[in-house]
Amino acid sequence: MSALLEIECLGKSFDGLQAVSGLTFAVGEGEILGLIGPNGAGKSTVFNLVNGVFAPDAGRVAFRGDNITGAAPYRVARLGLARTHQIVQPFAGMSVLDNCTVGACFGRENLPLARAREAAREAAALVGLEKRLDAPALELTIAGKKRLELARALAARPALLMLDEVLAGLNPTEVAHMIEILRTIRGRGVSILMIEHLMQAIMSLSDRVVVLNSGKKLSEGVPAQVANDPAVIEAYLGDPGMVQRRPQ
Amino acid sequence: MLGRPFFWIIAVTIAVFAAAPLGGNVELRESLLLAAVYITLASNLNLMLGYAGYVNFGSIVFFGLGGYFCVYFMGSLGWGLAPALAVSGVAVSLAALVFGLGILRLRGVHFALATIGVNEAVQAFVTNFEPWGGSTGIYLSPELFQPLGGPAQALWIIYYLLVAIMGASLYLSYFVKRSKFGLGLLSIGQNEDAAAVLGVPTPRYKALAYSASAFLPAIAGGLYFFKGAFVQPADAFDLTLSTEAIVITMLGGQGTIVGPALGAYLYEELRGWLLTSETFANFQLVVAGVLLLLIVQFAPDGLMGFFYRRWPRLRRIFE
Amino acid sequence: MTEPLLRVEALEAGYGEVQVLWGISLAASRGQLTTIVGANGVGKTTTLRAIAGSLRPWSGRVHFKGEDVTRLAPHDKAARGLVLVPEGRQLFNTMTVEENLQMGAYTRRAARGYSARLEHVYSLFHRLKERRFQRAGTLSGGEQQMLAIARGLMADPELVIIDELSLGLAPIVVHELFAKLESLSREGLTILLVEQNVHLAFSLSDYAYVIAEGRLFTEGRPAALESQPEIRRAYLGL
Repeated sequence: MSALLEIECLGKSFDGLQAVSGLTFAVGEGEILGLIGPNGAGKSTVFNLVNGVFAPDAGRVAFRGDNITGAAPYRVARLGLARTHQIVQPFAGMSVLDNCTVGACFGRENLPLARAREAAREAAALVGLEKRLDAPALELTIAGKKRLELARALAARPALLMLDEVLAGLNPTEVAHMIEILRTIRGRGVSILMIEHLMQAIMSLSDRVVVLNSGKKLSEGVPAQVANDPAVIEAYLGDPGMVQRRPQ
Repeated sequence: MLGRPFFWIIAVTIAVFAAAPLGGNVELRESLLLAAVYITLASNLNLMLGYAGYVNFGSIVFFGLGGYFCVYFMGSLGWGLAPALAVSGVAVSLAALVFGLGILRLRGVHFALATIGVNEAVQAFVTNFEPWGGSTGIYLSPELFQPLGGPAQALWIIYYLLVAIMGASLYLSYFVKRSKFGLGLLSIGQNEDAAAVLGVPTPRYKALAYSASAFLPAIAGGLYFFKGAFVQPADAFDLTLSTEAIVITMLGGQGTIVGPALGAYLYEELRGWLLTSETFANFQLVVAGVLLLLIVQFAPDGLMGFFYRRWPRLRRIFE
Repeated sequence: MTEPLLRVEALEAGYGEVQVLWGISLAASRGQLTTIVGANGVGKTTTLRAIAGSLRPWSGRVHFKGEDVTRLAPHDKAARGLVLVPEGRQLFNTMTVEENLQMGAYTRRAARGYSARLEHVYSLFHRLKERRFQRAGTLSGGEQQMLAIARGLMADPELVIIDELSLGLAPIVVHELFAKLESLSREGLTILLVEQNVHLAFSLSDYAYVIAEGRLFTEGRPAALESQPEIRRAYLGL
């Protein structure tokens, strides 16, 4: 499996606080890679470093062989890397269809307006928004907005989709539905890198998992492996040694 | 395109402007000329303000510079009207690209202030630029009206050229809005960072919009100051006009095409009334300012926004 | 069976449009130390805030001493003896230690027996007494946590709810704090505690609730829970 996205020794600090350091991992073609870790581990920062919102202080990012380290977000999107946000960012005053059309127009295929609208319709249908194409984005529920965010990124027909907590705030039915959608997307050949706090969901969806703690890679492997890794267990559940060391 | 009603609504508007003063009603023509200038300024301003969400307070600089270039080309270099206008338009658009390099990195209130800075800087430069008459300005000799058939006829020609420019501005707004470029601008106006993440080339698009929004106002400026046969810094770079353009755009409805036109008409009526009213004759700009405050606070979508919310069907006809 | 001091039923809450709690039910028995554990972001802090009233629950009930206090504001709950020691301490940094403690005794309930309670609190937390006129913002992390707890105690509570005790503190400091909590518990104070470190929480508490994804995953006496591989599943999904 060839590497679609390669991250090498990535590092970034903000005001002296090291958010990410020495991070190396890769996303292969056709895989779903889960990025997990306790709060503040640096996961969203990694996304921001990959898609150009911030330039890294150190390290290298390559996408399909091209060096995209520090490239501007719109250039990264043009190369076929799409991203959703933890806090959804719809174009509130525009319709669902127009939102998705923006994605289709400016993504990898750089479609003209008419064909972009078609691609937008397809993407909206994939996530189940086909009946709400003319609705203004701000009228959607949180679940609808999450689906719109996903459809908009998909409309660009990316090679890699980076999802930032796409399941947060959804009820169990919506979560199950979204998981089905993600499996369908992968089935269509789109690779997925996802940050998620819903552990059961991400462990069942991911082919492989990378665990981040305090900006560093703690563990990497298939979900079962990672869940049994003592270092990972300690990061989440706390140091068991703390109890033995208690003065009596 | 031709099937859409709005295309024809614009055509009808142009026809009305063209036909109304026929028969020699000079007073009406002058009034409509002013309206055409306002509509031109507001429509082009709308590309930045209504579409991309960038408030250009100093948009008058395009109008003024266009006036200066045109008057200079005709007066000192002896060019004809057409080439002078064309080159002025291009020159000011290029100048806009240069200004844009400096200020389009800024956002929100910083950008708005910077546009004022651009206007003030240009005004200061021109005031001290001897080839352009410095603070005195440039006077045009009446002989320049001869190639157009004399002063009276020249005024008619200028009027129809301005109507054409106004029409071009409306059609420009229309075609941009329906284009991929326009969709990109609108997405920048909604959420610039999200637009960039989706692949919209934001720096390039903003520069293009800013430059494009300079072209027609520059030509309109050329015509306006040629008509007056006189241009001086204080008139050419008077922030009053661009502030009024913002009021007009917001009043009518930013982001729509009808908005600037509707706003221009209403504003001109208001202004006319204010000028004749004893109490308000000197408070014109104050009233404009207060109006702007009220609109921004209570009705940021302007009149068209109100109409669209009340009668959503209108959206299908108007833009 | 006697009614527990605190009883929470089917609590649902969230922020804006995003729902975080999907029906949490728990109880804190009088005189016991009860803990809530779970991974980051599952809703532990949200649960405490909803119980204390700093966050309005969307649905569900909170019963304290048999009374339905669901919709009461935090200061009304404090007046009844339900006090929250919030995450991140939230001290009045420019005020002195003693002034912070005074602020803790703001309610009328707390005003009675103020001096005696202040002495008691100082005897429990010597270091706070040594620094009584020092500004709260200049204390060390552990001292600030002590002050936050002490301030909560000044309100004369029957139930103290503590959010994330050990966050950012050195182990030795955490041990000291837990020792204080144990002695308070032995004195009869009811404590509901959210703790990051599962092992520490289990070693200290009489009863524990494990939350995952905004729902109750499992509950029980720590001894019974500790042996379950289930706890790992609550945190890691597998």
